Amino acid sequence: MKNKKPKIIIMSGYGLNCEEETKFAFERAGGVADIVHINDLVASPGLLNDYQIMAFPGGFSYGDDTGSGKAYANKFKNHLAKELEEFLTRDTLTIGICNGFQIITNLGILPGALTYNSGGKYLDRWVDLKVEGNSPWLKGVKQLSIPIAHGEGRYVISPKEYKSMKKKGQVAFTYAKGDICKFQNLGANPNGSQHDIAGVNAYNGRVLGLMPHPERATFAHQSPLWQIRKNQNKKEGKLEEGGVGIIIFRNAINYFNK
Amino acid sequence: MISRVYVAQKGKVSGTEIITSYLIEHELPGDSLFKIARSLTNPIIEIFSINAIPKVKSFNYVIEIGLKPGVTDNVGHTAKETILDLLHLEDSPNLNVYSSKLFLISSSMKIDRVKKIASSLYNPLIETSNITSIKGFPKNRNLFLDVPEVVLRKSTPVMGVPLSVPDEELTRIGKEGIMDIDTRTRRGPLALDLESMKTIQEYFIKLERDPSDIELESLAQTWSEHCKHTIFANPIDDIKDGLYKTYIKGATNLIRREKGNDDFCVSVFSDNAGGIIFDDEFLITHKVETHNSPSALDPYGGAMTGIVGVNRDTIGFGLGAKPVANTYGFCFGEPKDEKKFFADKNLTQPTMLPKRIMDGAIKGINVGGNCSGIPTLSGFLKFDNRYRAKPLVFAGTVGLIPRKINDRLSHEKEALAGDYVVVVGGRVGADGIHGATFSSVAMDSNSPATAVQIGDPITQKKFSDAIIKEARAMNLYNSITDNGAGGLSCSVAEMAKECNGAKVFLEKVPLKYPGLRPWEIWISESQERMTLAIPKKKWEVFKALMERRGVEATMIGEFTDSGRCVVSYENRIIMDLELEFLHNGLPKKNLTTTPSIHKYSNPKLPIGSARTKILEDLFSNNNVSGFSFISEQYDHEVQASSVLKPLSGRGRINTDAQVFKPVLSSPQGVILSSGLTPSYSDINTYHMAACSLDTAVRNAICAGGKLTHLAILDNFCWCSSYDKKRLAELVDAVRACYDYAVGYGTPFISGKDSMFNDFQGYNEKGKPIKISIPPTLLISTIGVIKNIYKIVSPEFKNSGDIIYLLGETHEELGASVYYKFLAAKEKSSRIGSTVPKVDLKKNLKTYLALEHAIEQELLASSLSVTSGGLGIALAKASVGGMVGCDISIKDLPGRIKSLDAKLFSESQGRILVSVAPENTKKFEKIMRGTSCARLGMVSKNGKMIIIDTKKVVDTDVKKLYTIYHSFSESMK
Repeated sequence: MKNKKPKIIIMSGYGLNCEEETKFAFERAGGVADIVHINDLVASPGLLNDYQIMAFPGGFSYGDDTGSGKAYANKFKNHLAKELEEFLTRDTLTIGICNGFQIITNLGILPGALTYNSGGKYLDRWVDLKVEGNSPWLKGVKQLSIPIAHGEGRYVISPKEYKSMKKKGQVAFTYAKGDICKFQNLGANPNGSQHDIAGVNAYNGRVLGLMPHPERATFAHQSPLWQIRKNQNKKEGKLEEGGVGIIIFRNAINYFNK
Repeated sequence: MISRVYVAQKGKVSGTEIITSYLIEHELPGDSLFKIARSLTNPIIEIFSINAIPKVKSFNYVIEIGLKPGVTDNVGHTAKETILDLLHLEDSPNLNVYSSKLFLISSSMKIDRVKKIASSLYNPLIETSNITSIKGFPKNRNLFLDVPEVVLRKSTPVMGVPLSVPDEELTRIGKEGIMDIDTRTRRGPLALDLESMKTIQEYFIKLERDPSDIELESLAQTWSEHCKHTIFANPIDDIKDGLYKTYIKGATNLIRREKGNDDFCVSVFSDNAGGIIFDDEFLITHKVETHNSPSALDPYGGAMTGIVGVNRDTIGFGLGAKPVANTYGFCFGEPKDEKKFFADKNLTQPTMLPKRIMDGAIKGINVGGNCSGIPTLSGFLKFDNRYRAKPLVFAGTVGLIPRKINDRLSHEKEALAGDYVVVVGGRVGADGIHGATFSSVAMDSNSPATAVQIGDPITQKKFSDAIIKEARAMNLYNSITDNGAGGLSCSVAEMAKECNGAKVFLEKVPLKYPGLRPWEIWISESQERMTLAIPKKKWEVFKALMERRGVEATMIGEFTDSGRCVVSYENRIIMDLELEFLHNGLPKKNLTTTPSIHKYSNPKLPIGSARTKILEDLFSNNNVSGFSFISEQYDHEVQASSVLKPLSGRGRINTDAQVFKPVLSSPQGVILSSGLTPSYSDINTYHMAACSLDTAVRNAICAGGKLTHLAILDNFCWCSSYDKKRLAELVDAVRACYDYAVGYGTPFISGKDSMFNDFQGYNEKGKPIKISIPPTLLISTIGVIKNIYKIVSPEFKNSGDIIYLLGETHEELGASVYYKFLAAKEKSSRIGSTVPKVDLKKNLKTYLALEHAIEQELLASSLSVTSGGLGIALAKASVGGMVGCDISIKDLPGRIKSLDAKLFSESQGRILVSVAPENTKKFEKIMRGTSCARLGMVSKNGKMIIIDTKKVVDTDVKKLYTIYHSFSESMK
């Protein structure tokens, strides 16, 4: 694999909508990403063999009409179940962000489910995350402040499954108080997720799903803290830092460039 | 066969149980129903049952809320797609899915209370409600199985309309519509006056035939106020070329000439949106629409179709721009207002209460924007009781498009004779018929219910992606426009101008259900459709691409150069009009005006010098305080472009300008802001317009915008526009637009008007009543920022920073938030008369100096002083930073004496900034020659202290934070 950039397939179609910024993040991290419409993959399922990383980006597939992520997952399962299994058997990485997370839980490759926020409304804000699990995606990351934007982000899991999941290190992130919550005086858990779970992983950490959007936090100016940090940095003669979200994408690229 | 699948949430303990029902009409074998139900259920959180309500909870009543026949059913549509895909079936007319929601009521309340609950859950214009009591419940626990399909009675497809009739009948046809041959009722307003009807009469006398119904309907659409903007186009008093040409376009033309090589306008007033230069590679576009009339009837659907509709204006700009930001604006009646009004004399059609209108409209923008993956960035919220029956709902979209596509200038497009007329997207139904003509008249009990519809953002997202991200680069079409008001009748006739003709075969248009008559198909405003001109040899490739993307595309005709718009239906020509007459036949009318003067005395001012309580009260006013409950439910970070957000700082104050970065790899940004000051219309509309424009421009400059690259948009929302006094007020406002746009060098690039925002109905006692909105002008700005890293947010940052007020303060409290607050308290109409006036020369100097200071990165914060004046601005900047301030207002520059004016005057051109101590010297040097007063310092202790000759305000930022967010919290 050396000297060859890892290839990422980013799914699109039927109302997914974060594919362009997800591609931008992967490419800035050093990969080569293709946005592929689900119908094109259904037409040529063999395409999947060309890729090392698969991303289900955020969006509103099928308008969340019959439940978030459900209809897109149904379509994927219906036509690509075998190919998905093959892909996961190989030494590949998969990520589902927001609607993508909802899709891959509906696909059954991650435990648990996502349902309506306890506040009842769609919510856009920043959150602080504590990294709990073990995953190539999370290497060297302890905490992370990035945004959420969702109406169905409350993570639900049975006590029995949670126990086994916890044991296996499958809780990837939890919502925890950090810089953002302190800054804007916000509660840690924005949607009532059980056990404060914000993201989970499976397949030895190779598959990651999370509600927050790391691709929306790859530049310093995207953070609510930027204006105040900019002032302080200038005073102290420090350079602007980039966004922290890029680390997730870089980790994925580095996994194949090791 | 008809079956029901019910899906319920698992393990819900509290609250009303809500169950989704899928009513499925099908011819499928029995076991497939189980497969279907399973695929509609997430087993971890949901359970399903077939043909019986799931046993999740005991109940006494079931309220079922479904959609009326023909109303867009997005959930049903997705369920159908899922079923087809699951069973590997082709699309089949024998499979239909209708979704509904069931609310299980477990209490044994009386049926009247259940009815009341039901009525709060649905809008009878678009939804149905059914209550089933457990007593009447069938043993098998299944609800009834009637499908809400549309059945249209058989009717005469096309009829002639004899126009050789007396003037009274002509007037009636124009006002109430064509008398339908089958039902013997009028078909709904054409909104054509007698003069227009006579012009049409003469035209057909010359042709020696009667017009067909579709010809008359088509003319009514094209000539409607909504499409032709006759009030802005017609001569008025001594303004021969009319208001639009003289003042709006006139201003832009003059500014562009003066800018010479620095002119950044590329496509203005000619397309669906206005387009300006972003950089060497891209253009940005902007367009702001209103959707007031539909939002009054169905706020949710009205606002949603407003936002997805203006998205289509962007997709229909040039060869198709990508929507990169949404904007919104709401003017509502007070949410606490419970006064009832009725559309009809018999008091059977109540209008919605302001709170319900507000909730629906906010949700509509939420769903429309969030589902489409477009950040909803910029917006405002205003309250005034006069918006109670007719709210204003503004919806805007910014687009991004490469300047050249395949070596072709992207803003130019031209349908060629021989190209196919192709429609893409949703199907046509009876929805939205007479939308354009309906919004051109005042609202009353005759307002057509079919003018209301619900949007389907995903259908639109699918074709938007397929066109903008694929077909555009493949060069598959010559021209594109959206279907908005007037539907095909307007989009095809508009594009036909490019090549001088079109013919359409109306039977080819795909329909939602059979039985629509040709005239209905032609003017229906069914949502989510674009019209394209596609070269014949590219049609197959285009069609195949759309099929792969799950988008329906249909060839419905051909562009020609015949000079005519010809429509046929099943091989019979039913419309044949000259384009010249269709577009330019509308008779010109000379409008005249009568000036009027409004004078009010001042309210009684508080005695003494303590103003803490007053400032706190004013800060809680919902025209001043925060609306984070809206900003937070709109995704403003999708596309990863966010720079200056709708909420800023520790205290999450709403920003007056927003900045985003539409090209991820470029440090350039786009700034958006708005100004709207309808309150001042009570006194003088010239100054109202001047203040709106000044506020919009100032808001942009404050955050880092530059006058050299700032364009503006106008949205006039007027009332009773045939009233000569109202027309005089309009002329005044438009004149101010010209004066200040030219003065600031900010060209108008797009605009829209909505001239009849009046409600005519009855109060609870059956007394006739008319509620007119205050004349309202929204000015929106769009500008380009070279380096987004230099922009400044509004909140105070660090203790020790020095606070300055730029600009002069005068005794200008007329119609201010403060005077209206005092007048309301004493229950008088004493709102004062000294409305703020804009001093162009002084402001210009201040703004340019401010630009310079921001460029040099000397500011820590910058906040535009708007409603509520300096006192409110100080409170807002403090809450934003969660810091205090020590302020002296003893020596404010300007013609000012009174304490109340110092604190609350709304004088324009003022900015509150803070500067780090080490930068003050440089800053003061740059501001030399402008009015720049040092007021005090940002303090550490969280106290906000204002001193005049003695201490006048002494409060605490934590308290102010609670006050600022209290309205928003109460709306959550």
